[in-house]
Amino acid sequence: MLNNVGRQTRPEGAGGDTEMPETFTGNRALNLETPLIFEQGVPGRIGVDLPEPKKVKAKLGGLARKGRIGLPDLSEPQVLRHYVRLSRQNYSIDAGFYPLGSCTMKHNPRINEKAARMPGLGDIHPLQPESTVQGALALVYELAEWLKTITGMPAVAMSPAAGAHGELCGVMAMRAAHEARGEVRTRILVPESAHGTNPATAALCGYKVDSVPARADGRMDLEAFEAKLGPDVAGVMLTNPNTCGLFENDIRKIADLVHAAGGYFYCDGANFNAILGRTRPGDLGVDAMHINLHKTFSTPHGGGGPGSGPVVLSDALAPFAPVPYVVKDDNGYRLQEDVEGDAAQSFGRMKTFHGQMGMFIRALAYMLSHGADGLKQIAEDAVLNANYIRVGLKDVLHTPFDGVCMHEALFDDSTLKDTGVSTLDIAKAMIDEGYHPMTMYFPLVVHGAMLVEPTESETKETLDLFIGTMRHLVDKARTGNDPDFFKNAPRYSPRRRLDETGAARKPILRWAPEGTE
Amino acid sequence: MTIKYSKDHEWVTLDGDVATVGISNYAQEQLGDVVFVEVPEVGAEMSKGDELAVVESVKAASEVYAPVAGEVVEVNQDLEDNPSFVNEDATGQGWFARIKVANASDLDELMSEDEYKSFVEGLE
Amino acid sequence: MRYLPHTDDERRAMLEAIGVGSVDDLFTDIPEEARLNGLLDLPGHATEMEVDARMRAFGAENLSPAAAPSFLGAGAYRHHVPSVVDHLIQRSEFLTAYTPYQPEISQGTLQALFEFQTQVAMITGMDVANASMYDGATSCAEAVLMACRVTRRKHAILSGNLHPHYRDVTRTTLQYTEFSVEETDVDPQGKTDIPEIGKDIACVVVQNPDFFGRIQDLTALAERCHEAGALLVVVVTEVVSLGAMMSPGEMGADIVVGEGQSIGVPLSFGGPYVGLLATRQKFVRQMPGRLCGETVDQEGKRGFVLTLSTREQHIRREKATSNICTNAGLCSLAFSIHMSLLGEAGFTKLAEINHAAAVAAAEEIDGIEGVSVLNDSFFNEFTVALPVPAEKVVSQLADQGILGGVPVSRLVPSQKDLENLLLVTVTETNSSDDVAKLVAALKEVI
Repeated sequence: MLNNVGRQTRPEGAGGDTEMPETFTGNRALNLETPLIFEQGVPGRIGVDLPEPKKVKAKLGGLARKGRIGLPDLSEPQVLRHYVRLSRQNYSIDAGFYPLGSCTMKHNPRINEKAARMPGLGDIHPLQPESTVQGALALVYELAEWLKTITGMPAVAMSPAAGAHGELCGVMAMRAAHEARGEVRTRILVPESAHGTNPATAALCGYKVDSVPARADGRMDLEAFEAKLGPDVAGVMLTNPNTCGLFENDIRKIADLVHAAGGYFYCDGANFNAILGRTRPGDLGVDAMHINLHKTFSTPHGGGGPGSGPVVLSDALAPFAPVPYVVKDDNGYRLQEDVEGDAAQSFGRMKTFHGQMGMFIRALAYMLSHGADGLKQIAEDAVLNANYIRVGLKDVLHTPFDGVCMHEALFDDSTLKDTGVSTLDIAKAMIDEGYHPMTMYFPLVVHGAMLVEPTESETKETLDLFIGTMRHLVDKARTGNDPDFFKNAPRYSPRRRLDETGAARKPILRWAPEGTE
Repeated sequence: MTIKYSKDHEWVTLDGDVATVGISNYAQEQLGDVVFVEVPEVGAEMSKGDELAVVESVKAASEVYAPVAGEVVEVNQDLEDNPSFVNEDATGQGWFARIKVANASDLDELMSEDEYKSFVEGLE
Repeated sequence: MRYLPHTDDERRAMLEAIGVGSVDDLFTDIPEEARLNGLLDLPGHATEMEVDARMRAFGAENLSPAAAPSFLGAGAYRHHVPSVVDHLIQRSEFLTAYTPYQPEISQGTLQALFEFQTQVAMITGMDVANASMYDGATSCAEAVLMACRVTRRKHAILSGNLHPHYRDVTRTTLQYTEFSVEETDVDPQGKTDIPEIGKDIACVVVQNPDFFGRIQDLTALAERCHEAGALLVVVVTEVVSLGAMMSPGEMGADIVVGEGQSIGVPLSFGGPYVGLLATRQKFVRQMPGRLCGETVDQEGKRGFVLTLSTREQHIRREKATSNICTNAGLCSLAFSIHMSLLGEAGFTKLAEINHAAAVAAAEEIDGIEGVSVLNDSFFNEFTVALPVPAEKVVSQLADQGILGGVPVSRLVPSQKDLENLLLVTVTETNSSDDVAKLVAALKEVI
């Protein structure tokens, strides 16, 4: 029952080492506080000017709202200031280095934002007659063609809203394909190091998850995998490059084995950035792979979404793709919206409308900007940068797996053993140094994991300074003369360490007026 | 009343034919601050090894398995408001459930306090 | 390439530091037979000016509802979004931040989410809301899964007057689980009752106003659900309606889901949008998706963190409440900013304007010979019965540069008896002149 992630979730001590005295306002120069929006309103103010409604007899079926909702009333400048102040309490890729492993925090070009707002793109309705949206349908079609070429796959389902939604799409297509052949399969093989979405997705498709151990070199154990295959195995879900930042060099054998057993190969494409233009999933034996447009193709992460997760499909799975999709014929472009005709085998619909158009526009602008040459350069520079960091730190931080890595460098916490300083402490100290921390404690198979993904966007100077900073912090931890330095970090952020234990024990999930709780 | 332990870090004490079950002190230390315990319904029939409860810290959720078979006759309602009992008093106020033991021999397979101590030392 | 900073000299120096001869040496784990030598069969890189022109050309081939009288709805609605909204969501710190897993340097996103959750809870009349889902239909499917967990039952009843795509997505999502759905008939007259709610029913899902625009009092249905031990899930596809109508919470809903696009989010051909999910306090631990909670920091200052994350896939893996990983982040921020600008006065007035404009337009359309409005009640969308198939009429209107509404047959193609029905939406963006043009054009084509 034990899961070794019981790390500290409550700050120690009362933060008594703050050198900075409190100010009267609670602000600290450019670091400006703002109360909750609900604590700022004054009835009578308004942030929009609206015309007077027409005088009509209401037709609300006698169900007009009677009571107040409780929303605060503010003027436009108040609202603007509130959100500007909030924004300044966020770290962002535009402001600094964001080496968050498996998240691919790369530069988000602004031409993409501009294009998404162009007339005829950002403002069109999903249910307009097809004759009035030929440009939009052409754009989706064109993006699909680029994705098919880049991945070497014959088909792509565009509608999934995010990576996890794409996984659901791929695994549902697998299940639909098995059922179409009248086969009942119950198990799906997933390596131990997988993203949490993989087992969660498999479970939602009615499959039992069977975990495959890793080899000492960080790749999936091929023998253990082969031993688990059987007529009840629906397929395998494998991230490649994997969550340890390594290319699964047995991938062709894995594909052959699962195919021989009658199963399908789902590839989690979260780390596709590393292999763009160097290899194609279609040449690796993949049957389905989602592509996180918000990782590989630079659509902004937006503080947690929206994402977009198109899924490329093999010939075997293509007939089962979800509706709707764009079809090109002699009369132009049309949408196949229903499970009928050519889509008779489709497993259904995943989203209210056709997909994350706003993200498609941005991703296509990004692809056009890079072209074939730029896409390949992305992968090469991303892998180059990760290896540069790996080599720059390997004498102070231990790498659990030998050899070159792909787009992210993985370290464990063994060099911190007995220092009293944890991975979490190092991460919090990085915040004071002006960095967003790397991914921590993931993958679960590595103790105190630190997963660093620099992406292709960063300069050599940035990487050198980062390496220098990390060496300084590890050195400081190991000399061991100032444990409080780490336990009290971060000091300079808008908030110090937060009490996550308290938040979970007594959840407060909304504001409520005084005296109502 | 003697306390016995399972390899899954549950403890059991027996009073007549009713066993009280919780998680060990070692287990709560490993989990960190417990924030929620999902206890079973009274009346639930447990086979040995069934999922009896789920204990959650901020970053982890762990299943707790029934170390003995039988019917759940009482659950610790106090944990709803005070999950910290599991951290503060794992083998006392932090108990999870009471089970009317169906098979007295289930207890024979459990470890004594000393045996559990050396079992845990072996894990470190 | 303007986005890639390394010079060739720097690349060489870095390869040397790594101790390899060439960049190819970093890709040797790729099986030789699968390595791509040379370039992908795609055009080369393009300048920003070229990309701009290319994208603009795609846009030029579409008829924008901003440039034509437009009466489209059926789950996506055109509303005026104040300039402040788009300006703020393009601030680097919101646009290019990741999920707020490091709360010390993510208070901006977190506080905004906490405010979003509160706003959604308030307008739906519920206790709590999550930090958003992909869109309305996926929220609906998640609500059914949640109801099955809460009640430990396995079946759901979906009203036939629930948006057809919401029914499709729910059915698709549940098809390989142990749960199932039954659906009542599609009924534009709104006379079909929910059948008996058996002991195996986890929830009943109804839309209000329904797909045809009709408003219903759900209080009695809520009581029937609760007597049977089931939950009532209420779907709202046009959130502006909540400014004018009694909230689902007041009618007894247990879970309210909806599409938040109408507030702050552009139409964008169907996505990205923002799914809403709100419920009662007692069901919090069975909710899907991200939740933000209030806490304090080391110095005792109020702050916010993502919380109750043991429900989620990255911890519970195959036992998670959902496989969902993201939320609609930036779209929920846009929603929240727009709602903050509106406030109580603005939100309720916006709803009033929409309703009044729709009532006035419905009267004019109902006056056309051979045409009738089916609804006794509606908010800003109603169903028009035409003497001829609606698809054809809409196509003829489009030729005249008018986006005249959504034919019901586009969403329910299997039912011939609905082919003359047209869904018409009127919002604050429609002028009286727009309505006059629609009425004149309708008279001409039928």
